[in-house]
Amino acid sequence: MRRRYLALRVLAKQSFNKSDVADAVWNAVLKLFGEYGASQTAITFIEYSSEKGWGILRCSHKTLEMVRASVASVTEINGKPVAIDVVGVSGTLRSLRERVGHRSKRS
Amino acid sequence: MKSFVDLHMQPSVDDSEQARKMVCRSSALGYRLVGISFPLNVTRDKVRQLQSICTNVGIDLVTRLDLTSKTPGQLLHQLRHFRRKFEVISVVCTSKVIARHAAKDRRVDLLSFPNAIFRGQSFDRAEAELASKSLSSLEVDMAPLLSSKDFSRIRLLSTLRKEVAIAKKFGVSVAISSGATNVQFMKGPYDYAALASLFDMTAPLALRALSEVPLAIVKRNREKLSPDFVAPGIRLVRRKTGCTAV
Repeated sequence: MRRRYLALRVLAKQSFNKSDVADAVWNAVLKLFGEYGASQTAITFIEYSSEKGWGILRCSHKTLEMVRASVASVTEINGKPVAIDVVGVSGTLRSLRERVGHRSKRS
Repeated sequence: MKSFVDLHMQPSVDDSEQARKMVCRSSALGYRLVGISFPLNVTRDKVRQLQSICTNVGIDLVTRLDLTSKTPGQLLHQLRHFRRKFEVISVVCTSKVIARHAAKDRRVDLLSFPNAIFRGQSFDRAEAELASKSLSSLEVDMAPLLSSKDFSRIRLLSTLRKEVAIAKKFGVSVAISSGATNVQFMKGPYDYAALASLFDMTAPLALRALSEVPLAIVKRNREKLSPDFVAPGIRLVRRKTGCTAV
């Protein structure tokens, strides 16, 4: 199965742990596409840094747009306002890390 | 590379700090041009202040006015009065009469339907036919989609799907904007394109609605507002200097 890796940046006034962010994304997928749609996405959280608010998520390449829409639709976590941006998408973890690394250095 | 445009940001004009935050976020998200909605009684100083904020961030500002007229007469009066003062004019269609008058008027750039989920207040075939003959586009704001929940979001998606299908059938262009009042509801263009797939807009069409369609509106209006503009297709190339009146 071909996969896509998404680099996420969580913008909020407070920090959240990995399970909070993962639950929010899963809930968004379930709300927008239901259990059948969620079962096709194959979402896995590869890593997440609560201090930096950066994370990497893996999904099936066929459901990239679904996952992207779901991530964009997250506006709160545990009742706190939040915005999650997809800062990069790649087919391999290494190239995503290189790209995101370059961007974070530039910014 | 596409130049992305967000034609509808709604920061409080009096709160320059909030406006600065929103402009900075737009720039970080990859937009090159933002439209800020001004009130009718905005002063030139406020516009200049926002223009300087945008210039500092390296983003182009488009002045925009949202007309919320109650009668067709009021709409025509406002269009006559404000058309040459703002780069983009949007009409908030709260009734069928206003929507139809706005759709057939060539001075209107964008048709906005904020109460589309209520029966008889969405973009219909008659308005699409009128809009296809004039130059107005249908505007889809994404902030209501992000802020709504459960049943209201289901109804909104269903309405947007119908509106976009009608617009496509009659050849009316669709412009996607954020409609955001704060940074929480601002997303990148590719995220909006993914969200637009929820109401059956294909990715190329959605990206066009975020770049080429709004850019064409701004380009057309800036040309018309330029002092060199004479009529569509005719403009002043240069002025003769040192000419004395006979």
